[in-house]
Amino acid sequence: MSSIRDIVARHADREGPLLPILQDVQAEFGCVDTAAETEIAHLLNLSRAEVHGVVSFYHDFTATPDPRPEVQICRAEACQARGIEALMDDAQAAAGERVKLKTVYCLGLCSAGPAARVGDKVHARLDGDRLEQVINQA
Amino acid sequence: MIIIRISDDALARACNADSVAAAFAARGCTVERASSWGMHWLEPLVEINGVGWGPVTEDRVAEVLDGAADDICIGPIAAHPFITSQQRLTFARAGKTRSLSLEDYVASGGWVGLKRARSMSAEAVVEEVLQSGLRGRGGAGFPAGIKWRTVMQAQADQKYVVCNADEGDSGTFADRMLMEGDPFQLIEGMAIAGHAVGADKGYIYVRSEYPDAIRKLNAAIALCRNIVAPLDVEVRVGAGAYVCGEETSLLNSLEGKRGEVRAKPPLPALEGLFGQPTVVNNVLTLAAVPHILTEGGASLYDSLGVERSKGTMPIQLAGNIKHGGLYETAFGISLRELIYDIGGGTASGRPVKAVQVGGPLGAYIHPDQFDLPFDYEAYAGADALIGHGGVVVFDDTADMGAMARFAMQFCAAESCGKCTPCRIGAVRGVEVIDRIRSGGRDLDVLEQTPQMHNMPKHGRSRDDEIALLTDLCETMRDGSMCALGGFTPYPVMSAIKHWPEDFGLKDG
Repeated sequence: MSSIRDIVARHADREGPLLPILQDVQAEFGCVDTAAETEIAHLLNLSRAEVHGVVSFYHDFTATPDPRPEVQICRAEACQARGIEALMDDAQAAAGERVKLKTVYCLGLCSAGPAARVGDKVHARLDGDRLEQVINQA
Repeated sequence: MIIIRISDDALARACNADSVAAAFAARGCTVERASSWGMHWLEPLVEINGVGWGPVTEDRVAEVLDGAADDICIGPIAAHPFITSQQRLTFARAGKTRSLSLEDYVASGGWVGLKRARSMSAEAVVEEVLQSGLRGRGGAGFPAGIKWRTVMQAQADQKYVVCNADEGDSGTFADRMLMEGDPFQLIEGMAIAGHAVGADKGYIYVRSEYPDAIRKLNAAIALCRNIVAPLDVEVRVGAGAYVCGEETSLLNSLEGKRGEVRAKPPLPALEGLFGQPTVVNNVLTLAAVPHILTEGGASLYDSLGVERSKGTMPIQLAGNIKHGGLYETAFGISLRELIYDIGGGTASGRPVKAVQVGGPLGAYIHPDQFDLPFDYEAYAGADALIGHGGVVVFDDTADMGAMARFAMQFCAAESCGKCTPCRIGAVRGVEVIDRIRSGGRDLDVLEQTPQMHNMPKHGRSRDDEIALLTDLCETMRDGSMCALGGFTPYPVMSAIKHWPEDFGLKDG
């Protein structure tokens, strides 16, 4: 497991390294919490406010870890046109407390929606049953 | 040995292409993973000696190998009307090459444009791009040559080429397909841009929702590092902010800051990334460049299209459409042709109610306007925009009031917060639309107090709320710093104008 110090060192010679650093920290620890912000700020010679401003701006960074598996569901216009909204109640019921459903705007599969993503695996042409299956297997 | 070609595009993979490929491999076939032809309703599309079957499921693999499965056989793929009616320049390789094969790339004319560009002066390269009439494909449609010339003429020790691959618009996937299917072409375009403007560092800013594109770009860059040197290209991954597709916001994000929009001027061409002169172009703009720089490419490009919209546009047919996918054609085509002749109408078989062109910030277009030619100026004249060329079709079950509300809600969620019309306006927009849909509002407790005697003596009717929304939209359109707040009024006002009944208003 890399420490924050390792991660920062890995990106030290890049221009504008903060985003790649935060992405690695988020991936490694499941969040970018206050302690991480403080340490990154110290190592990059920034104020914690500057780091916190960036962390809180982007949807991909979270302040607390969520151990649940995450299923990203596209609910943008193209997937709405293909009926995703009608599937959401059942999807929420299937997810319950065990799985986190995250709304995303567009997975780029707009001609074959509704679409969902779990990790690096994407699913298209979902109907109620297939979406439920994706959620159950997450 | 039978060679089977199956796309490894993310959409094909999302439709189970990997399992189908594995099933063919298990039967002793050699499986080649190629780029996607862009006929998405047929994915996973299996190609054997030029003949296609799709969509193929694992249980039909044996049938396909026997040359049966006639019901899903489409005959020679290259002769399919969806393909033959297109004019593919940027997507010339789609379906035909393996995305990470340098051999395939060279065999299909790869690096020819770069070699020719490098034998020319920077001024001459910029001149050809100007001549071609190429305009920014990201949405704004600014002439690429003029941007390049500004950066070329700027004096600085360090200049940058930045590729905007933050394709966040719903209904668009051409950038993704190009990055996954033909990454070398994008890198070649960046190398030509680098030569033209004098930049030796390039960044591709890709959204985090595209893991396949990120992986392939990184692999492609490693393979062609020596070919594109002295340009050094690096992939940077976004972090889920839609607004980072706006060029100045993208630059802030690359610098490791909040993705807030910058005021212009200064133009990024003069003070861009880290304050240095920077070319920021969309994936499709840069990918069009290698072709333009081949012998005669610029004049061919200029000969296509209409008026000031030159060349071809990779149009993306999406949403509730029967034959969705990538359709590259010269500007000037009508929506009627795109949706009915090419797209085959809705996937649900119901009548088309509305079409949104240009992503979440594009206007909803009524079937009465379907003869509008695909052309930047014609769309602007109809209070609509082409944007990145996404066409999202809705059938008659769509509630346009809900779509208008969604447009405001999306803007509120994705606003960077820098300017007030967008940050506050979008929130107020959702509230006003809710009130319109619920029939206006009565005076509240505070408004009924004697101290508030200057208030109107009655609540607000639907018409009053519409006037308020119109006013709000004007403020957002004219007062926002970027297209997010500035264009959100397009889907909202077009929905009210064409489908008043969905807002509880009388017809017409």
